Amino acid sequence: MRLEVDIRSKSFTSANGKRQEVIGGIAFALQRGEVGVVVGPSGCGKSTMLRILAGLDSDYQGHVAQPAGARLAMVFQEPRLLPWRSVEDNVRLAAPDITDNRLAAIFDVLELEAHRTHFPGELSLGLARRVALARAFAVEPDFLILDEPLASLDDALAARLREEIAMLVASRPMITLLVTHSMDDAARLGDRIFLLSSRPARLLHAVPIDVPRAQRSNDAVAAIKADLARRDFSMS
Amino acid sequence: MLRLLSFALLLATWWVAATVAGSAKLPPPAVVLAVAVAEAKSGALFLHLGATLARVALAFTLSMALGSALGYLMGRSRLANRLGDPWLILLLNLPALVVIVLAYIWAGLTEVAAIAAIAINKLPTAVVTLREGARALDPSLDEMAKVFAFPRGRILRHVLLPQLAPYIAAAARSGLSLVWKIVLVAELLGRPNGIGFEIGVAFQLFDIPLLLAYSLSFAAVVLVIEAVIVQPFELRASRWRLRAA
Repeated sequence: MRLEVDIRSKSFTSANGKRQEVIGGIAFALQRGEVGVVVGPSGCGKSTMLRILAGLDSDYQGHVAQPAGARLAMVFQEPRLLPWRSVEDNVRLAAPDITDNRLAAIFDVLELEAHRTHFPGELSLGLARRVALARAFAVEPDFLILDEPLASLDDALAARLREEIAMLVASRPMITLLVTHSMDDAARLGDRIFLLSSRPARLLHAVPIDVPRAQRSNDAVAAIKADLARRDFSMS
Repeated sequence: MLRLLSFALLLATWWVAATVAGSAKLPPPAVVLAVAVAEAKSGALFLHLGATLARVALAFTLSMALGSALGYLMGRSRLANRLGDPWLILLLNLPALVVIVLAYIWAGLTEVAAIAAIAINKLPTAVVTLREGARALDPSLDEMAKVFAFPRGRILRHVLLPQLAPYIAAAARSGLSLVWKIVLVAELLGRPNGIGFEIGVAFQLFDIPLLLAYSLSFAAVVLVIEAVIVQPFELRASRWRLRAA
């Protein structure tokens, strides 16, 4: 099980007819069980890259090799729930074979038990994000894509959700790719950290993290962040 | 309660108008009711109502199914929209009478011709409404369904139909009122039964109580269908929406 990404270039034609290059060259590989974290400035083309990896966009130069038959799950930047289906139905529709026990376990971890019958319109953004996470984990993916799942949440909630993500990622051997612009998220969750340049996005550094995720103390996280900041600075 | 009051006011106005105009031009409610009861007892009322309702049901189902499919296609595909648009504009602006007369000339005074003519009249409004609905579909939910590998049936039922439901309800509502009107014309011109045929007979005999008895029975059935089928469907389709303040 291995994900190999080699996107040489990707450009859009904007509304005024100009070609704009969004991705200038990104190549990396991830093994099963690894969490790759992609960090880059806002608008650098991270989401575009994720759309290519998710198979939503095939108009690019390059090659992406995914494990055959790999089950995909994605947490989008916005929750993208079906507003006309309850929280439970939203999860079950993505994962129709899930057992009641497993669903209860996921809802328990994400503290959604009380919201099973609610409609997405009745939830706060933080809760809706958690439902989107629950949906992604419920499908038991082989390849999980998380597109800034913690953006625009307050720090306390983001920290809790980050722990929940770490816990869920540890519970299954899968390839995980997380996009964020928080160095903190990257240092706490990543096994490999990919630093991207501003638009058009190029891979600047691929930084492997040696300390296992569960054993990262605050000092270790601070050291990783300092290392990332130094590399980031040296290139920009 | 307010509805009943409003209805009572209508009856009172009718009764006063009948007294003023004289029963030859406008018979009072009681006379019309007596005719309706007599027609109902003989079974004729139900026969004609049944024939009309069957035509409405067939033509409505046909045009809604075809119109929804075409409208969806035109809303999703630019090519289909380009190809279909001139036809749509032609059909939208073609008078109902022209379609009915041509249908009877080409296909004879048959049931098929009548139902086809009614369906063709309603078709373009359904297409236009559903095309708007298909254009308003949320692409981010399409992507979600694709990423999570929803099969076609699940996409249709849980992603597309809930988004299209308000448009389908609107098309059904406006389409039904159109069909109610056109079916009578089609029956008047070329069918040996149905409310439209009876109204034609009453017109030739200048039998105003008979005319009113059939028209009002028909109107009552329309109201009941609106209240029992169309409105609850609309309510159910928008159940998930937060209620407007």
